[in-house]
Amino acid sequence: MTDRTTIGFLLNGKDVTLDRVAATDTLLDFLRIERRLTGTKEGCAEGDCGACTVLVGRLRNGALRYEPVNACIRLMPTLDACHVVTIEYLSGPEGRLHPVQQAMVEHHGSQCGFCTPGFVMALYALWMENPDPTEAEIETAIQGNLCRCTGYAPIIRAARAMTALGSPTEDVLNTERDLVAARLAALEDRRRVVLRKGDSRAILPASVDDLAQVLVETPGATLVAGATDVGLWVTKFLRDISPVVFLGHLEGLRRVEVTEDSIKIGAGVSYGGSHRVLTEHFPHMAPFWDRIAGWQIRSMGTIGGNIANGSPIGDTPPPLIALGAEIVLRRGESRRTLPLEAYFLDYGKQDRADGEFIEAIRIPRPDPNTRHAAYKISKRRDEDISSVCAAFALRIEGGRIEEARIAFGGMAATPKRATAAEAALSGREFDEAAMRDAAATLPQDFTPLSDWRASAEYRMRVAQNLFQRFWLETQDGAAPVRLSA
Amino acid sequence: MTDKIVDAPVETQKRTDPPVAQKLLRADQARDTIRGGVHTDLRHDSAIKHVTGRAEYCDDIPEPAGTLHACLGLSSRAHALIRAMDLSAVEAAPGVIGVLTAADVPGVNDISPTGRDDEPVFATERVEFWGQPIFAVIAETRDAARRAALLAGIEYENLPHALDPDAARAAGMGYVTPPLTLRRGDAAAAMQSAPHRIAGRIAVGGQDHMYLEGHIAFAIPGEDEDVIVHSSTQHPTEAQHMVAHVLGVASNAVTINVRRMGGGFGGKETQMNLFCAVAAIAAKKWNRPVKIRPDRDDDMTATGKRHDFVIDYEVGFDDSGRILAMSGDFAARCGYSSDLSGPVTDRALFHADNAYFYPHVLLNSHPMKTNTVSNTAFRGFGGPQGMIAAERIIEEIAYHRGLDSLEVRKRNFLGDAGRDVTPYHQTVEDNIAPRLVDELEQSADYRARLAAVKAWNAKGGVIRKGIALTPVKFGISFTATWYNQAGALLHIYSDGSIHLNHGGTEMGQGLNTKIAQVVADELQVDADRIKITKTTTEKVPNTSATAASSGSDLNGMAAQDAARQIKERLTAFAAERWQTAPGNVRFVANAVEIGAETVPFADFIREAYMARIHLSAAGFYKTPKIHWDRASGKGRPFYYYAYGAACSEVSVDTLTGEYRVERADILHDVGRSLNPALDRGQVEGAFVQGMGWLTTEELWWDANGRLRTHAPSTYKIPLASDRPRIFNVELASWSENREKTIKRSKAVGEPPFMLAISVFEALSHAVASVADYRECPRLDAPATPERVLMAVERLRGAG
Repeated sequence: MTDRTTIGFLLNGKDVTLDRVAATDTLLDFLRIERRLTGTKEGCAEGDCGACTVLVGRLRNGALRYEPVNACIRLMPTLDACHVVTIEYLSGPEGRLHPVQQAMVEHHGSQCGFCTPGFVMALYALWMENPDPTEAEIETAIQGNLCRCTGYAPIIRAARAMTALGSPTEDVLNTERDLVAARLAALEDRRRVVLRKGDSRAILPASVDDLAQVLVETPGATLVAGATDVGLWVTKFLRDISPVVFLGHLEGLRRVEVTEDSIKIGAGVSYGGSHRVLTEHFPHMAPFWDRIAGWQIRSMGTIGGNIANGSPIGDTPPPLIALGAEIVLRRGESRRTLPLEAYFLDYGKQDRADGEFIEAIRIPRPDPNTRHAAYKISKRRDEDISSVCAAFALRIEGGRIEEARIAFGGMAATPKRATAAEAALSGREFDEAAMRDAAATLPQDFTPLSDWRASAEYRMRVAQNLFQRFWLETQDGAAPVRLSA
Repeated sequence: MTDKIVDAPVETQKRTDPPVAQKLLRADQARDTIRGGVHTDLRHDSAIKHVTGRAEYCDDIPEPAGTLHACLGLSSRAHALIRAMDLSAVEAAPGVIGVLTAADVPGVNDISPTGRDDEPVFATERVEFWGQPIFAVIAETRDAARRAALLAGIEYENLPHALDPDAARAAGMGYVTPPLTLRRGDAAAAMQSAPHRIAGRIAVGGQDHMYLEGHIAFAIPGEDEDVIVHSSTQHPTEAQHMVAHVLGVASNAVTINVRRMGGGFGGKETQMNLFCAVAAIAAKKWNRPVKIRPDRDDDMTATGKRHDFVIDYEVGFDDSGRILAMSGDFAARCGYSSDLSGPVTDRALFHADNAYFYPHVLLNSHPMKTNTVSNTAFRGFGGPQGMIAAERIIEEIAYHRGLDSLEVRKRNFLGDAGRDVTPYHQTVEDNIAPRLVDELEQSADYRARLAAVKAWNAKGGVIRKGIALTPVKFGISFTATWYNQAGALLHIYSDGSIHLNHGGTEMGQGLNTKIAQVVADELQVDADRIKITKTTTEKVPNTSATAASSGSDLNGMAAQDAARQIKERLTAFAAERWQTAPGNVRFVANAVEIGAETVPFADFIREAYMARIHLSAAGFYKTPKIHWDRASGKGRPFYYYAYGAACSEVSVDTLTGEYRVERADILHDVGRSLNPALDRGQVEGAFVQGMGWLTTEELWWDANGRLRTHAPSTYKIPLASDRPRIFNVELASWSENREKTIKRSKAVGEPPFMLAISVFEALSHAVASVADYRECPRLDAPATPERVLMAVERLRGAG
């Protein structure tokens, strides 16, 4: 089959086919500059403020699912066979307000109004999934949206009121769901897509096998999954990243498999997409997972991407390392498996050869005798990068620590295990003194940096104090040791 | 279509009128009260446009064919000489039309808002902060301009730099603007004789405005010397003057238009001048429309913020905790130029007493020059930094004397004659702080909750709680007395529709809504009959910045004046036409009562038009009573004060320094509110923004002087989940401005910002529990989790 050289998608109610698309063209610029759909705003161009929130619908195993995304870092090639829904699509005929919009108006949810379309879109996504949300659910849904005027109180009031103003079953995205699904299905032809514009080349492989082949054929290619990090290379550093190979659309990388001994998460599974399986098997991960970025980024970003880019402050590696996760790397038809911690060689250097990609993450199923914890410490509670991230997995049998796996982020040039602390704990009785002694070893393994997120001194002190938190949390009936959510 | 025809009103008598007039006429059908008068919860006039994405911001204006885009080239040194500059690669880059440097400025290369000539559009021989504009590149697209700007070859010779007030003092950097001293009594002698004395220091961080819409200007050249600049500025008149100044033309050649801003908060008062100037110079040079919209990183790097302060204080007090003497030195990080640092540091001193009486006082400002971006206006304008010093002093005294801090606050409130004078010799005539605090103490159940907090902490757990109740007294008026004036322009068209302009700008605060309410009330018509269009220097000249919380105070009065002028003419006309006394003419809801006859407003206006009555008026207002002599530090700089009180309770994790605001109760004074819903929005929003300033919003420069927190990824303003878990906000319903302000309301933009000091002091209270409240924690702002943990550790170490 020959390569396709165009992408097709639905924009609100219209079919769009584009042939000249650069790998780095963003959805936001397309909407605002090409189509003059100016309701979607640029606030930061880095996926942090949510003013550009739009919905993107895509067929997943035949079912049409809409998710909120940041248009500013959503790269155009990734929209093939998607339905893009912008604020302009919400109001009914003759300008009748959507229930979410009506609630925002009635509760004075806008002041300057610049963030408002983004909030409306995030709340719209929430309303469709959960028309009667709790306050906590609303907060989680708008973690990725900044408002500088209102103090959020009226927006929360509006979100609580929106349910009474209309039902999602009557919403256009539901009444036209089958029609849209059919139109999107017709756009999926299982062909490799190669897009060119100027010197730029973007490739959407047809399948995982095709991806393996494309990467071998395209040395030096930039591999992009959710583009939540690469998007900033584009919008902030204006980097030339061509040729780009996209993988976020590949259904084959978006599978979650639970077997007798492990949980296997495809490298293209988003943070949001892995939430259920992770928290089901590892309940301690639930509050942690909800604090990764905001909903838009959780919809776009992938665990595979978070690992692959090798950041020392990525959220997912420390807890996954503590859980004993392995990654499967593939090049062409050959595969190898690595303990996750071994993938991180040094700052900016990972054990991944040219043409190789992470195919899956495999986590052993939990051991009933292992106590887990995952902690994220950041300047701001939500949608922030951690100053220290810590994960503990202590297998305790008969009061004795049989095995300790402890990993930190933000403490070194890579996500890293606390080997001295693990050694200090192994074989010891599980008590406060053991935890204190283990904490005291941290300077042997870590020499953290000072930067705008935290000083070295604070990082070390918090890392050590988290040993105490872990201990206290295992003590039944003790006073609370963590702030209420 | 057929539906519409069926629905059309049958108005046989008015066949010749357009349909809109019929709609207006129908609105005139008898109702007792108008819709959207003053003191009602009229929603923001753009609310529907906001939620549908149809509100037009500057970047949404359709671009004429041929529009070009500019990008600034910024310095990458904090202080250096420019040895050589090679822009050939920039000019040769794809899509580039040309570059601008200082040599291309046709008028004066200066945009100093105070005329101190210390702020070039483009740096020439020397750069004085990291991020200072050196050149601009103009290209066919914004993307091309951004890419080209990176290609500049600039050779620097580094010079030593000083980034903060302490370093600046050590380096002998001097002041950017003359300092201020406020003095009353003999502070030194009173300090000497005081039974107790404490000297301390607090460092207070700055704050980025983080308006969601960044800076933007869009210049369209006209004939002769003319240029129109659409922009998102809080100060159209100043932008007009600056553009004229850099172009070397008269002000009458320059028009500045502002429909709305996506947030301002002071950040778009003077800081937009740069962008207006660059866009206008380029537009005239190439005779094409030019837009400049910096990326968020450049916006945060190249434009000013709230001033950081280092405050050294000394306080003398008696056994009961009553202050006898206070002295304070307020050193500010002003940045490389003066900008508004003079009035900002002045206002810090004006608020260094907050709501308290200092029998003897000496306050000095130190507006330090630093090699950082020039700091500027930000909601509160120095007031918050002054006020937090006052509250720290109260806390110090309370810990020293083993008293509850609220008790110490009460003992020091401004009071009756003899205890009612501020350090700037203004007598406080409208003091309602004690009443607000008493009421809030009751409604927030402060005593019982304080006891509960202490009982909880006595258990010695990891999570500690803290509570604090703090007052706010904020002076209303520009301290630059001549700024306290405003104009408005009101037209009534012959169909009875009303067109209103005023000198204020809409940045989200609902100013246009409030002003429409004022006019609606004055003319007794529904507010939706009044259309307020963009603010433009063409319609209302010589306006002041929409700043200092003054927007509705000043422009509301000016609009009311315009409405009254027309009303007078209409009354005289009615008296003559209906042959009755003027006293028998009354404007009632959407109609005019003339003797026994009631005429619908639109009909009445049509009659007036036919009788050739002038239906347009320019209104004007200047604030009475105020005067200020800076040299002697005496006067009445403020027309009145706005008050408030807040009680906040927090939980602190003493292992990590993380915290949550569990509850905040607010009782705030807006006088007789023009619009309680909008005012409440201002109070809630200001409180959370103030929390951000004092908690997670940290500006961080590296050793080279480069700001590393320059976007929301690194600079953390509050999110929904940061707002208080319980958030009770009340407006003091009984309050009425004793001065004759517009409808006896009070300004609301800035005062509630400082209610967030209660959060800071509650955090301090929780920290103090680890040493059983023996000591006032040393806590600087912002109280990030790191600073909180380190304060805990210090106290534990000391204990």
